[in-house]
Amino acid sequence: MPLLALSGVTKTFGGLTAVKALSFAVEEGEIVGLIGPNGSGKTTVFNLITGFLAPDGGDLTFAGRRLVGLKPHQICRLGVGRTFQLVQPFHRLSVLDNVRVGAFRGTADPRQATAVAEAILEEVGLAAKKAFLPPSLTLAERKRLELARALATGPRLLLLDEVMAGLTPTETAEMIAFIRRLHRRGLTLLIIEHVMQAVMALSQRLVVLHHGEKICEGPPQEVARDPQVIRAYLGEEAASA
Amino acid sequence: MRRWLSRLAWLLVLVPCLTLPLYVGQYLAHLAVMVLFFAYLGVAWNILGGYAGQFSFGHAAFFGLGAFTSTLLHLHWGLSPWLGMLLAGVVGVLVGLFCGFLSFRYGLRGPYFALVMLAFAEMLRLLFETWMAYRYPLGLPIPLQGTSLAAFQFRDKRVYYYVVLLMLAGATALCAWLARSKTGTYWQAIRDNEEAAEALGVNAFAYKLLAMAISGGLTAMGGTFYAQYFLTLEANEVFGVQISVEILLSAIIGGAGTVLGPLVGALALQLLAEATRVYVRAFSGFDLMVYGAILIVVILFLPQGLLEGLRRAGLALRRAAGAA
Repeated sequence: MPLLALSGVTKTFGGLTAVKALSFAVEEGEIVGLIGPNGSGKTTVFNLITGFLAPDGGDLTFAGRRLVGLKPHQICRLGVGRTFQLVQPFHRLSVLDNVRVGAFRGTADPRQATAVAEAILEEVGLAAKKAFLPPSLTLAERKRLELARALATGPRLLLLDEVMAGLTPTETAEMIAFIRRLHRRGLTLLIIEHVMQAVMALSQRLVVLHHGEKICEGPPQEVARDPQVIRAYLGEEAASA
Repeated sequence: MRRWLSRLAWLLVLVPCLTLPLYVGQYLAHLAVMVLFFAYLGVAWNILGGYAGQFSFGHAAFFGLGAFTSTLLHLHWGLSPWLGMLLAGVVGVLVGLFCGFLSFRYGLRGPYFALVMLAFAEMLRLLFETWMAYRYPLGLPIPLQGTSLAAFQFRDKRVYYYVVLLMLAGATALCAWLARSKTGTYWQAIRDNEEAAEALGVNAFAYKLLAMAISGGLTAMGGTFYAQYFLTLEANEVFGVQISVEILLSAIIGGAGTVLGPLVGALALQLLAEATRVYVRAFSGFDLMVYGAILIVVILFLPQGLLEGLRRAGLALRRAAGAA
């Protein structure tokens, strides 16, 4: 049984079909990349999985449990963590308290939550800034904070929405190394990424969306050669060349 | 050294607070009661408005219901107002859950929630005014019993001082404890970003309801104190907008979302109101204009509240001392 399964998921906004009869699965221990041009429906898929949007049709399951009808906080409690494309820190809470919010998923004891949060901040390299407020962090630090918060909830599956957008090459390399470490520890990941080099390096499998439909699925090397994918990204001429 | 200093600071605050009635007369005792009373109401509002970030503009609803609950129970069934205060708290909790359920169920946020609370308080005001005019056209005949512990009536205002001091201490301790707990952390997360909080496993609906229940319950108990202190009850007063505003002002002026903010705010506001009342007498209402002007200045220059201003002043002083 796959950890996460989508079958025939459809979502429309008014007349626009954002996601159309989408089916794919993520096995436990995999890193799957979800790619596609701007506006192809990737973030909508994340919002459907995490309960921020309700599908108009189709079914989603996590570890065999139906997700349709569950609230975001319930889905988090099942073991699905997520980051937001635009970082959403709690701006009046310190970096440490931001992560403690996530850590309270596993414990009601403030001291234990603090200990968990501090360990995670150490891991993502923000320990020195734990007393800072989020607005005083750099973008790269805020992305790491976003990741730390999601990790603190102790997820089995982590959804990362463009955690590398806007980072320098060095910061991107650090982030890739960190995601690999998480994966080695047994975390399953589904990642949306525009930085192609990063997503190719990380993913064992790619799912390609175009206008809300899956046009291709497979190992990164195969996907990169697929004419439909090339057409979606680069246009008609490049595909026939 | 640091620990010792902080203990000394506590003593310097606690001893005068506990012994104040020994060396002040009725007038200053009344002023002190008002400071502590509005600090208490500010703490109650702050739990919902400052921590959970749900700005209520109609806390008079809880306040008035609390005042009427204990008073009517005392009048009709002879129930001691002390017990009445507890029952007022229960009424506040239930009404808080009711209002919260209706508002949050339909996702009302920000100004919409504030307006619903205002409308609710106004509805209750009209309801009680009409009912009073029909049932008690001459006002509620609260039997005056001089000084009676069982009836929660004291001739000496200094007794009320200790009662409200205890209420304030209890509410502040509760707030301080909650602020550091899971509940308080979740409230602040909801206040700053409800969606991000949900994604981290926070049941925002349930935690907002909890804040409404606690805040409503405490405010209603404050209503009982008010009724016992003044021993008169007017529906248009206890359910009025004026009360709603005064309740939230001490928290906001002092520093919303901080444990001590409402205390600082109530102290500053009550002293300011009293000072303008006594010293500014050019013409009738002029004191209120001065009071309002000072409020505007504070909100413009210290939007985070007086406590934050004090903290910054302290930092600047320390830096200046370090540089010298």
